[in-house]
Order: sequence, then structure tokens, then C-alpha cells
Amino acid sequence: MKIAVLIKRVPDTASVFAINPDQKSVATDKLKFVMSPYDEHAVEEAIKLKEANGADVVVVSLGPDSAKEVMRTALAMGADEGLLVTGAGTDSLTSKGVAEALAAAVKSIGAELVFAGKQAVDDDASQVAERVAELLEMAHASVVTKFELNGGTAVVNREIEGGSYTLELPLPAVITIEKGINTPRYPTLPNIMKAKKKPIAEKSLADLGLSAEALAPGVVLESLSLPRQNRRNHIIDGDTPARVNELIRLLKEEEKAL
Amino acid sequence: MKLTPEHEEIRRTVIKFVENEINPYVEEWEEAEIFPAHELFRKLGNLGMLGITKPEAYGGLGLDYSYQAVMNEALGHAHCGGVPMAIGVQTDMATPSLARFGSDELRARFLAPTIAGEAVACIGVSETGAGSDVASIKTYAVKDGGDYIVNGGKMWITNGVQGDWICLLCNTAHDGKPHTNKSIICVPLMEDGKRFPGVTVERKLKKMGMRSSDTAELHFEDVRVPQSYRIGDEGAGFMYQMLQFQEERMYSALSATPGMLNAIQETIAYTGQREAFGQPILHNQVVHYRLAELLTEVECLRALTWKAVEMHVNGEDCTILASMAKLKSGRLAREVADSCLQYWGGMGFMEETHISRFFRDGRLGSIGGGADEVMLGIICKLMGTLPTRRKPA
Ligand SMILES: Cc1cc2nc3c(=O)[nH]c(=O)nc-3n(C[C@H](O)[C@H](O)[C@H](O)COP(=O)(O)OP(=O)(O)OC[C@H]3O[C@@H](n4cnc5c(N)ncnc54)[C@H](O)[C@@H]3O)c2cc1C
Repeated sequence: MKIAVLIKRVPDTASVFAINPDQKSVATDKLKFVMSPYDEHAVEEAIKLKEANGADVVVVSLGPDSAKEVMRTALAMGADEGLLVTGAGTDSLTSKGVAEALAAAVKSIGAELVFAGKQAVDDDASQVAERVAELLEMAHASVVTKFELNGGTAVVNREIEGGSYTLELPLPAVITIEKGINTPRYPTLPNIMKAKKKPIAEKSLADLGLSAEALAPGVVLESLSLPRQNRRNHIIDGDTPARVNELIRLLKEEEKAL
Repeated sequence: MKLTPEHEEIRRTVIKFVENEINPYVEEWEEAEIFPAHELFRKLGNLGMLGITKPEAYGGLGLDYSYQAVMNEALGHAHCGGVPMAIGVQTDMATPSLARFGSDELRARFLAPTIAGEAVACIGVSETGAGSDVASIKTYAVKDGGDYIVNGGKMWITNGVQGDWICLLCNTAHDGKPHTNKSIICVPLMEDGKRFPGVTVERKLKKMGMRSSDTAELHFEDVRVPQSYRIGDEGAGFMYQMLQFQEERMYSALSATPGMLNAIQETIAYTGQREAFGQPILHNQVVHYRLAELLTEVECLRALTWKAVEMHVNGEDCTILASMAKLKSGRLAREVADSCLQYWGGMGFMEETHISRFFRDGRLGSIGGGADEVMLGIICKLMGTLPTRRKPA
């Protein structure tokens, strides 16, 4: 069985963010990059399945050459090979185009099972894996905290507000992974060295035969802005009940935090 | 030196390990003045981090020193010096001679479990009466049948309280020739969960810094070990130890730099938001210029250290550069810590800030593993400027 894991190289959320003067892109020169944390759990889940049942795990990513960094981490964790969609046009795609490209990539390797993080921690759009499922007409479950394979059926637990429910999905399927499902392993040093020999193939958008229409943005980015950072230093006077009421009013009406 | 993607992956993995498995416990271990070496080393061993340059036959990876250098630098991301130092003893101070010159039997007995993280290793050179002057150590071993009987003591032994064995430098001849009368012997400190007969931990030493690392004074009384526990040739111990010091010195320089960079970064962050006289402290030119100066120095140190690493990897003698790197890192750690702490004001004096621990831990750099003056002596010797002592008439 072939398992594809969709992974993304994203800025470490502990980085200090700045926006470029064009107000449409994030300044990347000072950022530290990591594999999106949910994707690490997705990779771990695929490797566990491989260890239990035998499978070929292919990590698939879209991005610049530097995306290979996180792919190598996944290979060192135990994935077998990588496929990177890269080159002209890949940097300007929105979730819609990315999903088209990744769906074509998944199709090209013939994966029966696709794992992905429940969202990428950079834009938090939670769109790509779901769109891939739709494009490939695969069954789909998101925010999964438990995964089992029973022959041709996947049995998963899915997180919902205040609880979880169990779903059965026929394969092929796309599953997005939530954090609690497992503890991602550290790549061991021997495996890091062995990963050197594992192949990372590259494909361009043209190789995947995608039309301009498929890649066209579904949305237009107007502008980016950072959350307000200067403090208000608002001191509330009065007795305790009055202060609490005033605090709640401020949080609701002025800060719109409640 | 050109690093490969594998080097970078090792760096990322070690930093992640430090952030998840060491840093959350540093406060607790510093307070306890010991860390769970067996537990932590087992984790490191399982990840293959304790035998990077060691032969594959004993569980190592057989890679060149540049990979170990990357690991040593990454260990510097720990929020203390003590734990990385203890790991450095295991990888770069107590085991290079054994790996290089030990017999197969000896390497199977001591090196394999040390690489696996099952055994905690110590390096025993210094004594109460001999630190800088290694040649004048007094601990000695005499032959008895097929055994050695060891008597003496070792001082300031890192991992000494919880160690399983010690790479012990001692005198094996009594001919008054200090450079050829020494041997290195692997001496067990524990056996089947009990103290090895004749070995005592005299004291667990209390220290101004490196508190999470346990440091002991050890005593040996009629400790009997087979002569096959000697590493390599009899009489070659001093020479082996001088070779082994190269890795120890590069370790010191490599593991020190991230702490310096971190101190500078944290000082920028703190002084950037701390105001005095109506402006952030960082806005005083004396402050930001000083930090720029320090960062420049750290980069110089890194360049020098990696040059030493590169020579060592190429099989060249790196003694002069490794000694310079050790000297410079000891001095610079003090300079960075002192300058940065100053700009933290009262907060810098508080135990709760990293900078105060860095100040305390970093002080060891100029003392341990060969004091600054010992490094200067080596450099002078290699420069040809060290006067030879006149023989008394
Ligand atoms: C926390 C800690 C951990 C340690 N761990 C270990 C360990 O695991 N194993 C081990 O074997 N040792 C260990 N040591 C010992 C360390 O290596 C020695 O302290 C060091 O080599 C200096 O020796 P000394 O303390 O005897 O200083 P001394 O030899 O007494 O020298 C004192 C000072 O005199 C000066 N000096 C010495 N020689 C000269 C000279 N020729 N010219 C000018 N000035 C000179 C130097 O400034 C030196 O610092 C550790 C020490 C500490 C503090």
C-alpha cells in the first residue's frame, strides 16, 4: 500500500513576524522554519502504520527547494521517499491551486491513503487536504485523534466540540491529523544518515499538467497586518464588583475579546 | 567548512532534543545539583547521539568529527552548562582514547555500553595536588599477577557521583619520567549496582556553577582491575591524554558559542523594552555598540573553532588552533556574560534569569580542561617562544 503524507515547511510560530512593505507578504529573512507541527503527527501516524502493516510512505510537499529540509526530516523519521512540487508558479498559489497541484501529485504516485496535518500553522486555512479529497473523490475525515485500519476500511475518531465520534471510511481516503494522536519520534542519527540515500523527486506544475484555470486563485489577498501590539495600560477604578463589570464591558465592547 | 544537509538535520534534531528533553527540567536539576544521567543518556543513546565518531562495531556511527562538532554546538542551546558538559565528558573527554587505542575486548566492555547510554563515563585526570600540571599526578597502579592494584584519588570528577566507570590516568612506572610513566586504565566505579570494591565517592562537591552536573572527589584504595583494562600501551598514557584533550578543547569552544549568542539576544530583548531616562536602555550607543562588538567576537571564535575542526577532520594536527579556540572561548564567555549581565542591572543578579546562570557556568571555561594559562603555554611552545628552564648547576 502507498501512503502519501502532505507536509509543509512553515515559520516556527515562536519567530518574530514582520510584514513586507508591499503589505501582501511576510518577511521571511529572519524566520526560523520547521515542519508544520500537525504534519509531524501525520508523518508519525504513517510510519506507525508502515511498521505495523508494511507500506510505502511518500511525503509530498509544495514549495521552494528549501522545503526539502522538512522532507528530509520526514525521511529520517522513516518515510521512504519524497515528491516535491516546485518551480515556476508555485510561490503564488492560493489554497485552491495548492490543492490542485498536490492532488495531481498524489494521483501520480497512486496513493490509497493520504495523511495530512489538520491545518498548517502558517495561514491556518484548513483547506488543502479537504480540497484534495474532493478533487480525487476520496472519502475524508478531519481532525482525527485515533486511526485504525481494518482491511479496506479506516476507522477513525474525530474531535468535535466537547467530545468525539467514530467514523468508518472506505479507502482510498484523506485523513487530517490532530495533535493528541501520537508522539512524533525524533529522527535517530543513524536514520538521518540513511535518509541521505532516499530519493526526493521533483515535479513542476507543468509536469503535472495543470491548467491555468485550475491554478487560478480562488481568493485575492488584499493586505496583511500584524495584531495591535502597543499596550493600552487602562487602569479601572472603583470597588471590586464595579471594576469587574467595567472590565467585562471593556473586553466586550472595546477590545471585542469576549 | 561545508556542511551537508545531514549535518543540518542532526543540528535540528539535537536542538529539538535539548528543547524538549533538557530545558524543561533544568531548573529542577540545578536545584537538585544532579541530573538523571542514566535516564537522559539512555535517550541520547537510543537516538545514536553518543557515538557519532565511534566505530560502528561498538554501536557508533563511524562519522568524522564535523558531525560531532555540530552536535556539540547544538547542545549549547541548553539553558545551563552542566548537562551539556556531562554529555561532553561521555562523548569527547572520557572515550576518544578508548575508541582509538583500546583493545576489542576493552571496547566491548566499556565503549559499547557508553555509546548505548547504559553506562555513564567519567574522565579522571585532575587530583587535589595536580590540575594544570598533569604530569605530576600521584595516583598509581602496581602490577600484581595479571592485575593492577590502583591507589590514589581524583578531584573534581564530572559525573563522578553517578558514573559507572572512569577513564583513569595514573602512574604505572616509578622511574621519575613523568611523560612516559603513565597509563590510562578503565576502572569500574560500579559493579552489579554496587560500588566497585575499593572505590569511594568522598564528596559530592558544591559549586558556584554547572550545578546540574554532579562533581565528585573519588578515592581509590587497593582497587584491583585486570591489566587488560589498560588502554593501549603501558607508558603511553600521558601522550594519549594529550591527544584526547584536543576533542575536549574543541568541545568546550563549540558548546560555548550558542550560550553566548543567546545571552546577547536575550540582552537585546531585555534592554530593548527596559527604559531608563526616557528611552530603552538599548538605545544608548555604549550598549548597542558593545553588543555589536561582542557578536563580532563570537563570530571570530566560531570561525577559529571550525577551522580547528576542519583540520582535525582532515587528519592534520590541530593542537595550536584547538588550544586557541579553548583559550578564546573561555575568555569570551566571561566577557559576554559580564557585559550582558551589567545591562540587566538588578535583574541580572537574580537567579531566575538565564544570564546569571550563564555568568556562573561560563566561568569554568577558563579553568576546566586546561586553564587559560595552560593554553597560552601550549600556544607559546608551538610558537617556539616558551623559554626552556635552565638545569640547576
Ligand atoms: C566543575 C568542574 C568539573 C571538572 N571536571 C573534571 C573532570 O571530569 N575530570 C578531570 O580530570 N578534571 C576535572 N576538573 C578539573 C579541571 O580540569 C582543573 O580544575 C583544571 O585543569 C585546573 O587545575 P587546578 O584546579 O588544579 O588548578 P591549578 O593547577 O592549581 O592552577 C590554578 C591556576 O593557576 C594558574 N596557572 C596554572 N599553571 C600556570 C602556568 N604554567 N602559568 C601561569 N599560570 C598558571 C591558572 O590560572 C590556574 O587556573 C573539573 C573542574 C571543575 C571546576
